[in-house]
Amino acid sequence: MFELLAEKFSSVIDRLKGAKKIDEKTLDEALRDIRVALLDADVHVDVVKQFITDIKQKFLGQEVIKGLTAGETIIKLLYDETLSILGGQEPPALNKSEKPPTIIMLVGLQGTGKTTTAGKVAKHLKSKGFRVGVASVDVRRPAAAKQLCTLASSIDIPCFVDEEEKDALKLTEKVIEDAKKQGFSYIILDTAGRLHIDQELMEELVKIKEKVKPAEVLYVADAMQGQDAINTAQEFHKAVGLTGVILTKLDGDARGGIALSIRKILGVPIKFIGTGEKIDNFEPFYPDRIAQRILGLGDIQTLIEKMQAAIDEEKAKQMAEKVMNAEFTLEDLRDQIRMIRSLGPMEQILKMIPGIGGKIKDLKVDEKQFVKIEAIINSMTPEERRKPFIINGSRKKRIARGSGTTILEVNKVLKQYEEMKKMMKKIKKSGKMNFPFKLPF
Amino acid sequence: MFKSVFERIKKGIEKTKKQLVEGFSKISFGRKIDESLFEDIEAVLLKADVGTKATQEIIEFLRQESKKRKITEGEQLKELLKEKLYDILKDCSGSLNLTNEKPNVILFLGINGSGKTTTVGKLAYMLKKDGYSVVLGAADTFRAAAIDQLEVWANRVGVRIVKHQAGADPSAVVFDTINSAKSKGEDIVIVDTAGRLHTKEHLMKELQKIKRTIQKFSPNQPVETLLVLDGTIGQNSINQAKTFKEATDVTGIVITKLDGTAKGGAIIPICKELKIPIKFIGVGEDIEDLQPFNPKEFVDALFE
Ligand SMILES: Nc1nc2c(ncn2[C@@H]2O[C@H](COP(=O)(O)OP(=O)(O)OP(=O)(O)O)[C@@H](O)[C@H]2O)c(=O)[nH]1
Ligand SMILES: Nc1nc2c(ncn2[C@@H]2O[C@H](COP(=O)(O)OP(=O)(O)OP(=O)(O)O)[C@@H](O)[C@H]2O)c(=O)[nH]1
Ligand SMILES: [Mg+2]
Ligand SMILES: [Mg+2]
Repeated sequence: MFELLAEKFSSVIDRLKGAKKIDEKTLDEALRDIRVALLDADVHVDVVKQFITDIKQKFLGQEVIKGLTAGETIIKLLYDETLSILGGQEPPALNKSEKPPTIIMLVGLQGTGKTTTAGKVAKHLKSKGFRVGVASVDVRRPAAAKQLCTLASSIDIPCFVDEEEKDALKLTEKVIEDAKKQGFSYIILDTAGRLHIDQELMEELVKIKEKVKPAEVLYVADAMQGQDAINTAQEFHKAVGLTGVILTKLDGDARGGIALSIRKILGVPIKFIGTGEKIDNFEPFYPDRIAQRILGLGDIQTLIEKMQAAIDEEKAKQMAEKVMNAEFTLEDLRDQIRMIRSLGPMEQILKMIPGIGGKIKDLKVDEKQFVKIEAIINSMTPEERRKPFIINGSRKKRIARGSGTTILEVNKVLKQYEEMKKMMKKIKKSGKMNFPFKLPF
Repeated sequence: MFKSVFERIKKGIEKTKKQLVEGFSKISFGRKIDESLFEDIEAVLLKADVGTKATQEIIEFLRQESKKRKITEGEQLKELLKEKLYDILKDCSGSLNLTNEKPNVILFLGINGSGKTTTVGKLAYMLKKDGYSVVLGAADTFRAAAIDQLEVWANRVGVRIVKHQAGADPSAVVFDTINSAKSKGEDIVIVDTAGRLHTKEHLMKELQKIKRTIQKFSPNQPVETLLVLDGTIGQNSINQAKTFKEATDVTGIVITKLDGTAKGGAIIPICKELKIPIKFIGVGEDIEDLQPFNPKEFVDALFE
């Protein structure tokens, strides 16, 4: 698996406690990591360069977001920036022509997934209640027609092909004419894969487009494509005017940097993604998910929102003060646990936190453990919570009974608490602290 | 009817050159070595999909070595770069292994749409021309019309195909293919498998099962397990090569679609890290568009 950017940022975050503004040194360091992350995700070199220049200008001197460190602030800003290039939050809808049938034409390089995607688009529209047909004008790939019709028949959709006709343009006329007679709302047209530098075939594509006047010309691109992605997409765009993009094979571990390159250079909306060979493995394009994937972030956005909502700032401040004065009590520990648990399942939360996700790989958190700790603390008297040193053998017995645990477990919580206190003293001495609270393990 | 072997190879080289030339030929090496020259080289390597890690290593090597050798001229640096790239790639050249056993089994694998079936067809053609009897095994029983596609290739080349119904167990197809080749005394079995992403464990297990089926006939087989990498793909190729190698002991790589403008530079880190021999390159969709991989020509072509 690729290294998460959030992991790389651990060091930056650790160093950047308490900064009020994003300074140049910090930013440069972060930008180096960001550059590598983007290149590793196959974002085009020139796009990366431009992007880095842009965000450097934008981020420098920015206020650190309340509740976040400077490193986290950079991640948040980076994420917002990426998201806006990818086209905001909502997946764009398919164009429709004024009069039915709406013709959707799929184009792209060889083997990117056009034929499979034709089936997927057809199924998607059919499930919305439309009458849909598919047609193939691929006269080159062996068994292309059979492939499309096999897919179509598996979802009960009529398929228009003619394996005898070897002239792509004549074939286009024929299949489209036949399909139009059926009164479909949509006709999905599958074309042969071709190289963007193959003039003859690119001209053929232009002529096909002129003949069928599609409402959508969708560029089907392999999400794993490398640096050449821009070059190819641009050539297709120049020739036939792309109206949308579908990224395929996102079910693997490709980072999908092509999405950023395409959006930045062509500005064409990405409409769907393919997530498997099966006809149902098809989803609308959600920019936020791809942004996180390209950047190698966990689910950062959700985290930030949740954190901001859940952490009562006043309380955090008090807590920080207590920590600094080493007044941290079992009551505070309980508050912390409650606060953290209110954010959602522990494992997910921890993975989302830059700086922590990086340190604890294969994190397994036993949620029951937290319930137990809370129960144990609940069974203590207020005095015991504030002065745990008074908890003797008989008190322990009572607490264990009250919380439905064992003396052993009560001891463990007390020990963990002592360790945390020690750690906090150390933090106080060294001045190292990322959060106003420390996680209890 | 067919072009001569010489012409065919020449055409392939020409094509490879054409698309590889662009990058380095844009850099002017006729200047003193300075930071901007390193930056230019870096950008070209990155644009060729060489990736950040290998590019860094190459640039670092150039810096150190040029100091050590007291090189100051850009032209000398260019020679050093060539030397380095050749050094990396020469460890990864290799030709097709064949034993005296009958049949030799060549197993193809790779991710979806990388060009396996097409390459099976091209290789069958090449081997048939060399005088071997070849049988194709249609072990992609999953993808729509995959069997029909291979059948078209079998007819084009004029070789036999062994197939089952769509949805059949691929291992059973492989078993039958080898069995039938054996009984007929044929030389080579080429097995086409379904495309699969390296991240899908159950599909990697299926490949292992296919391999075990082949090994039941002979421990020396498959004589080649060829991973087909799509030359237009970027850094993900590295993950593909690693994972497929771990799962199935890949013995060779075929890089396809080098007739486009993609540079296929991801082979450099793959070669550096995994040392899997690159056996062929695909330079088109036609039956003759398969070339042996030649590291010297590959590197030369980068600069001419
Ligand atoms: N894993 C995965 N495989 C996909 C996806 N979309 C398509 N494929 C596979 O990719 C391979 C190529 O798909 P095709 O639909 O034949 O591609 P094409 O673009 O029509 O190919 P040509 O017509 O030859 O240019 C097939 O094995 C498909 O099953 C996807 O989203 N995920
Ligand atoms: N330009 C070009 N196209 C190629 C090359 N090799 C294969 N193709 C094309 O790429 C597409 C996919 O090739 P296939 O052979 O079907 O790929 P595959 O790996 O068998 O695909 P799946 O079985 O679906 O996983 C077809 O349109 C081929 O004609 C090549 O070297 N150059
Ligand atoms: Mg197709
Ligand atoms: Mg195939």
